[in-house]
Amino acid sequence: MKHTLSVLLQNKPGVLSRVTGLFSGRGFNIESLSVAETLDESVSSLTLVTRGDDAIVEQITKQLHKLIDVIKVTDISEGEFVEREMVLIRVKAESNTRAEVLRVIDIFRGKVVDVSPKSYIVEVTGSTTKIKAIIDILKPIGIKEIVRTGTVAMARASKS
Amino acid sequence: MGKINGSQAIIKCLQEEGVNTIFGFPGGAVIDLYDELLDSGIKNVLVRHEQGAVHAADGYARVTGEVGVALLTSGPGATNGVTGIATAYLDSIPIVVLTGQVPTALIGNDAFQEVDIVGITRPCTKHNYLVKEAKDLVPTLREAFHVARTGRPGPVLVDLPKDVVATMIKFPEKTPIRMQTYQPTYEPHMGQVEKACKAILKAKRPVLYVGGGVILSNSNEELTQLAKRLNIPVTMTLMGLGGFPGTDPLSMGMLGMHGSYTANMAVSKSDVLIAVGARFDDRVTGRVDAFAPNAKIIHIDIDPTSISKNVKVDIPIVADCKHALTAMNSWLDQAKDLNEDEIKTKHEPWLANINEWTEKHPMGYTNEGETIKPQFVIETLSKLTAGDAIITTEVGQHQMWTAQFYKFNRPRRWVTSGGLGTMGYGMPAAIGAKMAFPNETVIDVAGDGSIQMCIQELATAKQYGCPIKIAILNNNYLGMVRQWQELFYDKRYSGTIMEVTPDFVKLAEAYGAVGLRATKTSEVEGVIKKALATDNTVIMDFTIAREEGVFPMVPAGKATTEMLLV
Ligand SMILES: Cc1ncc(C[n+]2csc(CCOP(=O)(O)OP(=O)(O)O)c2C)c(N)n1
Ligand SMILES: [Mg+2]
Repeated sequence: MKHTLSVLLQNKPGVLSRVTGLFSGRGFNIESLSVAETLDESVSSLTLVTRGDDAIVEQITKQLHKLIDVIKVTDISEGEFVEREMVLIRVKAESNTRAEVLRVIDIFRGKVVDVSPKSYIVEVTGSTTKIKAIIDILKPIGIKEIVRTGTVAMARASKS
Repeated sequence: MGKINGSQAIIKCLQEEGVNTIFGFPGGAVIDLYDELLDSGIKNVLVRHEQGAVHAADGYARVTGEVGVALLTSGPGATNGVTGIATAYLDSIPIVVLTGQVPTALIGNDAFQEVDIVGITRPCTKHNYLVKEAKDLVPTLREAFHVARTGRPGPVLVDLPKDVVATMIKFPEKTPIRMQTYQPTYEPHMGQVEKACKAILKAKRPVLYVGGGVILSNSNEELTQLAKRLNIPVTMTLMGLGGFPGTDPLSMGMLGMHGSYTANMAVSKSDVLIAVGARFDDRVTGRVDAFAPNAKIIHIDIDPTSISKNVKVDIPIVADCKHALTAMNSWLDQAKDLNEDEIKTKHEPWLANINEWTEKHPMGYTNEGETIKPQFVIETLSKLTAGDAIITTEVGQHQMWTAQFYKFNRPRRWVTSGGLGTMGYGMPAAIGAKMAFPNETVIDVAGDGSIQMCIQELATAKQYGCPIKIAILNNNYLGMVRQWQELFYDKRYSGTIMEVTPDFVKLAEAYGAVGLRATKTSEVEGVIKKALATDNTVIMDFTIAREEGVFPMVPAGKATTEMLLV
C-alpha cells in the first residue's frame, strides 16, 4: 500500500540525512521525497511517499517520530488529501511533431516554458497519475530528459 | 560574571551534571580540554584504546544509573570509539561521548585527523551534535545529558571543533530544558493500565517477561511486588537479569536462545504474557510466529517503536516501566472485590506445571572428575561472592554460562553487551564499574578470545589501582562459534581455533598484575579465593572442558520450544 507522509522537521544541518539514513538503515523504501522550508524558517516540511503494509508504515511513522529533530509526522493518506507533483520534460519538437506536442500539453494543461529549434521544455503539474500519463503519451514522440519534483501533499480541511 | 574559554565551560557543564570521572584518550583536537581537566577535580581515566574509554563509561553508567562520559580526540580517536558507542546504543545505556574536531574553518577539507564522526555515528547514537558556534556549546552539552538520560536512554555524541572550544564565552545560567520535539511519555494511559490489570486477573497461565527496561528505570521493586502479590512466574532476558531476584521461587531464569527449558516452555504455553521493558529480540523469540502463540500480550515500554515491532501486541502501554508498574500496583490496591489470595490459588496448577518442567529439565551440567566444567567455575564464583559481586562479561559461551549459573538478586550487578554482543566489552566495563564502586568486588568473566580484544586495558586497571578480577574460561577456542560449527557445520572448525594464545599468567605479570591458573576442578575454589583476597588486578586462567557446549539451545530461526538439551 502506498502511503503519503507529511513530516515537519527542525530546519537544521544533517536532519534530512537522519531521515534518509533511517529509511536506508531499516530497509524502508522511499518512492519520492520532497522538502522545503515552511513559513517558519526554523521548520522544514517534508513529503514522503512510501510503500508497505500497515505494520511497516506504523514502524516508519514511529521511527520518524523518534528522531529528535522531527516535530510531527502525519500519514495524510489516511484521510482526504491533495497531492501534486511537477515535472519538467524536454520533449522533441520538430516541425512534424510540434503541433502534436502542443495538443497533448494543452490537454494536460501544461505549459511550454522554453523553446528551442528542436525541443520544448514542458512544465506539467498534477497528481502522480497525471504525470505518469503525460510521460507515457509523450514518450513515443521523443522525451529527451525529465526532472520531477517528487510529490508534495496536504490534507484537506475537514468539511464539517 | 566574566568570560571563560570553551574548555572551562565544558568542565563547568560536566560538574553541573555531577560528573566526577571521565574516561578518555588525548590528541591534538582535545589538548586544550585536557589542559583544563588537569586542575578541574574531575578524574580523568587514561585508557589504552578509545574503545576501552567508551566501554568503561558504559560500565560506569550501567552500575550507577548515571550518565557515563568519554572524551576522545578527532579522527582515529573518534572512530576507535564507534564500537563502544554502538554497544551502548543497542543496550540503551546513557553515555555522553565528547569528541574533538578540527577547527570549523577546516571542516570538510579532509584536514589532518578529520572525520565526519557525526555522520558516522548518526545511526548508532540516540542523538548527536556538531557544535558550530561557541554560543551553542553550553546549551548543547546540557541538552546532550538530558537526551542521554531521559526516555529510553542512549549514547549521545557531541563533536567539538577546536576553535569553538577555544572561544571565550559567557557561561549561561542553567534553565530547565524544554525540547519541543522530544518529550518522552513517562505516565501510562490509565485506560490501558486497567485493561492490562483485568487481563492479568483473568489469566490462568500468566508470565512476566522482563527486559533491560526494568533495570534502566529502576523498577525492580515495583516489578517484584506485582509478581509476588499475584504469584506470577518471571523470566528475564539477558539484559533483564537482576530485575527480579534470581533465587526467588518465582524466577524461571533467562528465556530465549540459551534460556532455561522452563522459561521457554512457560512462555510458549502462557495465556497472558506481560512484557516489561523488553523488546522481543530475535534471540528471545526464536521463530516469531511460534512465540507465545496463545497469549494475550501486554507490553510496557517507554519507546513506542518497540511496541508491535516484531510481535503484535494486544495491550500496549507506552510509559516508563516504573510509572506503569506503580500504576498497575495501585490499580490492584484499589480494585474492589479483588481477593489476591484467590488469584494466587488459581495460579497454583500453573506453578506446579512450571515446577514439573524444571524437575524434568533443570539447568544443569555434569561434572567430569578433574576436568574443569565452566558452569562449575561460575557456580563457585557465585557461591564465594554470595551472588552479589558486580559481574561483567565478554561475549561468547562464557557469557551465557554466567547468565545461566550466576544468580543475580539485585539489579545493576550484571554488566554485559547484549544487543551488539561486543567481544572486548567486559574488561573496560569492569574498570568503569570499579571506578564507580571501588569497594565492590568486580569480576570480568572472559573467554580466551574476547579478552585479547581489549587486553591493553590491564595497564589502565593497574595505573588507577583498580583491582578488578578477570576469570578467563579458557577453551582455546572461539567457543561460541565453534559450538555452532559443531552442531550445524559438521564440526568443520573454520577460523575458530586459536593456535597461538598468550600465557595469561605471564601476561598478567607483565602488566604488574597477578596471574593464577587452575587446570583441575579441585583447584578452582582455591584460585578464586586467592584472587578475591588479593588487592591487585588478577587474571584467573581456568583451563576448561574444551568442547563443552551451552545448553539448552534454540537453533537460530527455530521455535523456542525446539530446544536442544545438553
Ligand atoms: C567483536 C566481535 N567479533 C566477533 C564476534 C563473534 N563471536 C561471538 S562469540 C565468539 C567467540 C568468543 O570466543 P571466546 O571469547 O573465547 O569465548 P567462548 O565462546 O570461547 O567462551 C565470536 C568470535 C563478536 N561477538 N564480537
Ligand atoms: Mg574461548
